[in-house]
Amino acid sequence: MKNSILIVGCFAVGCLAGWSGWLPDRSVAETDLYSTAVLYVLMIAVGISLGSDRKLRQILRSIRWRFVLVPVATIVGTLSATAVASLFIARWGLPECMAVGSGCCYYSLASILITELATPSLGVQTATELGTVALMTNLLRELSVLLATPLMVRFFGRLAPICAGGASTLDTTLPVILRYSGNDMVLISIFHAILVDFSVPFFVSLFCSMIQPH
Amino acid sequence: MLASTGVGYLFRRVRFLQRMNLLIMPAICALLFVMGVSVGSNQQIVKNLPTLGTQALILALAGTLGSLIAAWSIRKHFPGKPDK
Repeated sequence: MKNSILIVGCFAVGCLAGWSGWLPDRSVAETDLYSTAVLYVLMIAVGISLGSDRKLRQILRSIRWRFVLVPVATIVGTLSATAVASLFIARWGLPECMAVGSGCCYYSLASILITELATPSLGVQTATELGTVALMTNLLRELSVLLATPLMVRFFGRLAPICAGGASTLDTTLPVILRYSGNDMVLISIFHAILVDFSVPFFVSLFCSMIQPH
Repeated sequence: MLASTGVGYLFRRVRFLQRMNLLIMPAICALLFVMGVSVGSNQQIVKNLPTLGTQALILALAGTLGSLIAAWSIRKHFPGKPDK
């Protein structure tokens, strides 16, 4: 929770700084350059920290094959529903909406990746707008899990908040999920988040590569 | 990312690498700050924010609902009652 506030705070402070024009114009133009470099560092760091986690082995050993069903359900459910939703959004086509949806609550990574990867086909302006949509979409989704988990469990079963929580079921939404779905869901929840984590860069880049120039 | 996970696993005993997650937060914060700057300094986006927000709301609702239905459809493979 503290981390989410920090992340959103950084974005908000950045918005204010850009909007108010405190920063020199040149540094704004050069931000793209830095952000690509930092993005690669981030991807490597996420990978290394997942791989070097001591608990990873223990978790991998205790999983059952049926556990794979949960992240598959998350991804299939999310992607098919966002595909339907794209019919209601005139501004964005199918691949744009699916790229946003495949963020699966990993709003920091998804928004940065989409802005970066959609720039060649959509241009910086539109790609940044799509990245902003991705940030808000995945943030709202995480928020819905934090707020509505009891209802989700009641109507859709105890896997519901895990599937809805996407990549966040490893950290921010884990406590609330365990509270309402039961403590025995801890392994499924963590395993689910690890697999969804990996799916995010994969699907985001896949759908971004399918975007047609407007 | 897969390759770096392999690297992380192979060198999991190296102390330094276990500190990697200390690097993740500053990197994410830096990137989102930069993204904030480009969003905030962009008149077009500031003007379109309500529209973009509505689109985000539609996609968030769809994504959540879709995954809820998917979770419901596989529930019989995971028997057990929630704690109450």
